[in-house]
Amino acid sequence: MDSAELLQRESFVEKNARQRVQYLLDAASLRELLDPFERLSSPWLPLQDIVTQADDGVVIARGTIDGVAVVVAAIEPAFQGGSMGEVGGAKIAGALELALEDARASKPVVPVLLLETGSVRLQEANCGLAAIAEIHAAIVALRQHVPVVGVISGPVGCFGGMSIAAGLCSTLIATREARLGLNGPQVIEQEAGVDEFDSRDRPMIWSLTGGAQRHATHLVDTLCDDDSADIRTAIAGAVARPVGNLARTQAVDAHLERLRALDTGRRADAEWAREVMAEEIHGSGEGS
Amino acid sequence: MSTQEQGSRGAAWLAALTDNASRAAGFPDSVQVVDGSMGEHSARYIAVVPDADNAYPRARGGEVGLVEGWALAQAVRQVVSADADADAGAAQKRAIVAVIDVPSQAYGRSEEAFGIHQALAAAAEAYATAREAGHPVLGLIVGKAMSGAFLAHGYQANRLIALDDAGVQVHAMGKQAAARITQRTVEGVEQLAETITPMAYDIASFDTLGLLFARVSVADADRPSDEDLDRIRQTLERALADIGQDVSLASRLDADGRAASVKVRERLRAQWNGD
Repeated sequence: MDSAELLQRESFVEKNARQRVQYLLDAASLRELLDPFERLSSPWLPLQDIVTQADDGVVIARGTIDGVAVVVAAIEPAFQGGSMGEVGGAKIAGALELALEDARASKPVVPVLLLETGSVRLQEANCGLAAIAEIHAAIVALRQHVPVVGVISGPVGCFGGMSIAAGLCSTLIATREARLGLNGPQVIEQEAGVDEFDSRDRPMIWSLTGGAQRHATHLVDTLCDDDSADIRTAIAGAVARPVGNLARTQAVDAHLERLRALDTGRRADAEWAREVMAEEIHGSGEGS
Repeated sequence: MSTQEQGSRGAAWLAALTDNASRAAGFPDSVQVVDGSMGEHSARYIAVVPDADNAYPRARGGEVGLVEGWALAQAVRQVVSADADADAGAAQKRAIVAVIDVPSQAYGRSEEAFGIHQALAAAAEAYATAREAGHPVLGLIVGKAMSGAFLAHGYQANRLIALDDAGVQVHAMGKQAAARITQRTVEGVEQLAETITPMAYDIASFDTLGLLFARVSVADADRPSDEDLDRIRQTLERALADIGQDVSLASRLDADGRAASVKVRERLRAQWNGD
């Protein structure tokens, strides 16, 4: 690729949550729900002398993508690391629950989740965790009716309970800049020691949890460049896809067989992970 | 059985609730599965327990790791597919009881490399699918219910019950790591936990959020007495009856405990259709 082409690209990673939503939805179709003027901010942060944000870092909007009715939930990476507090968590869970009601009433609305989150906001710990469980429940129930599309573009990545939510999405889209993992590097280093996981070793971290590796190990379905047009095209394809079983969680026996036979004394690296997580370990997403 | 395992509350309550019945075969030592009963109903009891010989070093203390996540999914999915043709409801679909004593998910390099988030997603999906299919799913918290481990094992239950005991804790992260991530001291985290309800680790504070069906006092949370066992069995049966046809998690939304969660949903509903 030449520099002219790079210069023409419109970065998605650099957009904030609201700009991302505006970019993705069909022109004039966007209707934001619980916008900042509703002033639904965290009840818990002021008690800890932490500045709140009037949308609690989550943008919910209804509209269409290439004519398909969607509800987009976009997490703002720049507010508290995209963490899930009570209000932001309830906005996502509540939107998914309403989409489920509509889907059951034959009014399908496809959820698109822009996952940009270090997961639970520790200042609201148990409220965030409860909301994430509710998000998981809604995604699983929704998938009977509509696809649920997850996007991890970066820069924050997607961790903790929200990485589980990502793992539940019908289609998961990521860029190379994104990371996807259960435990953040600092937490692993804190719990298991620097020899196990050096949180400053960025090449190692991206080699194991970066978008390209997650795509190569079939934990991400579509790998995009940080190009807004590419990402929108991938999302538009995913929202129009028919519902089916989630391939990533079908092959329970195959995963157990392989993981129980693994040489756990060996230090994991990217190449070995690609061998272990090869295509045949994952199930078929066809049918119901 | 190792000494560690004998000290596991999860193992102790699983054995007690199932009258020491033999475990279902085919599961790793760290995931104990027993088919038993709950009053007149059939039930599958599942616990994640410590295993000092676990091949994965980071999952030896009862943490939910790669193998545990997929094994939980297998244990639950077996029940769902075996009862697929039965009518919904407690009388037809077997109950599933997650006996919860999980200190955390497994933190390690192999765990991340081989997709522990997907293993936990498989477990959470299995429990949620069982609930949606009409299996009464109950979560009994007898020890720690932490973070991703709890999300994978128990947080998808229709009803949550907890022992009222100092060793019972629910949280998103251990104190040391939480202090590091929020750039506070451990003392600072502990101090805030005293006034900010969702930051607390104790089960009484958690109960005020309205997420529990019941909090039950027992004489000995480590070694359940016959009386303790009776009380818990009665509570489980009461929860089973309370579930009825409810396959959702709506009973957790308490207007006092999580006022903002309820308010957000009300306002969202009012704006949903834009008319």
